[in-house]
Amino acid sequence: METLEMTQEEQFQARIDADVRIEPKDWMPDAYRKTLIRQISQHAHSELVGMLPEGNWITRAPSLKRKSILLSKVQDEAGHGLYLYSAAETLGTTRDQMLADLHSGKAKYSSIFNYPTLSWADMGCVGWLVDGAAILNQVPLCRTSYGPYARAMVRVCKEESFHQRQGFEIMQTLCEGAPEQKAMAQEALNRWWWPTLMMFGPKDEDSPNTAQSMNWRIKRFTNDELRQKFVDMMVPQAEFLGLTVPDEKVQWNEARQAYDFGEVNWDEFWAVVKGNGLCNRDRLGARVKAHEEGAWVREAAMAHAVKRTEREAVAA
Amino acid sequence: MNQSEWPLWEVFIRSKQGLDHKHVGSLHAADAAMAIQNARDVYTRRQEGISIWVVESKHVHASNPDDAEAFFDPANDKVYRHPTFYQVPDSIKHM
Ligand SMILES: [Fe+2]
Ligand SMILES: [Fe+2]
Ligand SMILES: [Fe+2]
Repeated sequence: METLEMTQEEQFQARIDADVRIEPKDWMPDAYRKTLIRQISQHAHSELVGMLPEGNWITRAPSLKRKSILLSKVQDEAGHGLYLYSAAETLGTTRDQMLADLHSGKAKYSSIFNYPTLSWADMGCVGWLVDGAAILNQVPLCRTSYGPYARAMVRVCKEESFHQRQGFEIMQTLCEGAPEQKAMAQEALNRWWWPTLMMFGPKDEDSPNTAQSMNWRIKRFTNDELRQKFVDMMVPQAEFLGLTVPDEKVQWNEARQAYDFGEVNWDEFWAVVKGNGLCNRDRLGARVKAHEEGAWVREAAMAHAVKRTEREAVAA
Repeated sequence: MNQSEWPLWEVFIRSKQGLDHKHVGSLHAADAAMAIQNARDVYTRRQEGISIWVVESKHVHASNPDDAEAFFDPANDKVYRHPTFYQVPDSIKHM
């Protein structure tokens, strides 16, 4: 039989090529496991840190309706983080380890959350653009090769589309409002457009791991492919709102059936990735503070559970 | 002390009356009551369930994927366990 002559690694790849999902207890190459732990935990961290810029506006939302919606969205993001941490844990890492790596700065999260949310229109842009970009990234991952990851992404994607729609609705409301409100929407778009394009990561030629990740089906489109899709999707939506994307090079290319667009400022991208964005220190500081100040709660809950179990054992 | 991490629980949800509880994921909690509470917040924010089971993950025993062939193959050649294996004359109804 042919399979007998295949190495373990070849058999593994053959399963992936046949679109068979890999489950936690199945054999997998070390590099696959490591890459997945990094990718999934990075994504989980992004969901967690991603709550901070929006959390900033929960108490300042302009109406009770907007406040309830924003609260729900932020709660969803916490849930997304939890689904993803659980998926990563099935690969043999621990929650404590992942959080320690986030807090020490060793692990990364999406650079977009290192930008400040300065006005209410930023809540519109975050939902519309940032969640919109996240959806483009995430939908293909519902078919990723690692079972627990794919299942977590299905759950995440189901919840994301409300996030984008509520953001778009905020933008639409502002754009149909007073000139000052529309100006606020345009100003927010000006600040968020380029950082959102950076969310898809470095250019393909600067992304040496893409080929391996595509082979493993833990990535299903390249960074540049997704960036192009995003621009093609968003330019008409901005036009609908009567807003202008802050890129003079944006132009429909009839031959390519796609929009041409300008070059991302990669120096800024790498500066933010390396920790020198506007809010890196704030975000990490807030995370560490929340974690440390919650330590006594975690310990007390555990001590209480242990005590109760012991009491029940004595009573039995 | 690095024993701060709460134990891991597997979460099972019955989405509606008459259906099985189905595994939906896992979470950390100090005890069963907290696990159920958290499961409600993490896994049923949109009316996905009417009943929740939680089981501490360490109590779940699983079959070994390396033995899957030897373990499950014996069922492969027992086609007679399926009703389609049998021929029923056309004139026989309701069988
Ligand atoms: Fe999310
Ligand atoms: Fe996300
Ligand atoms: Fe979201």
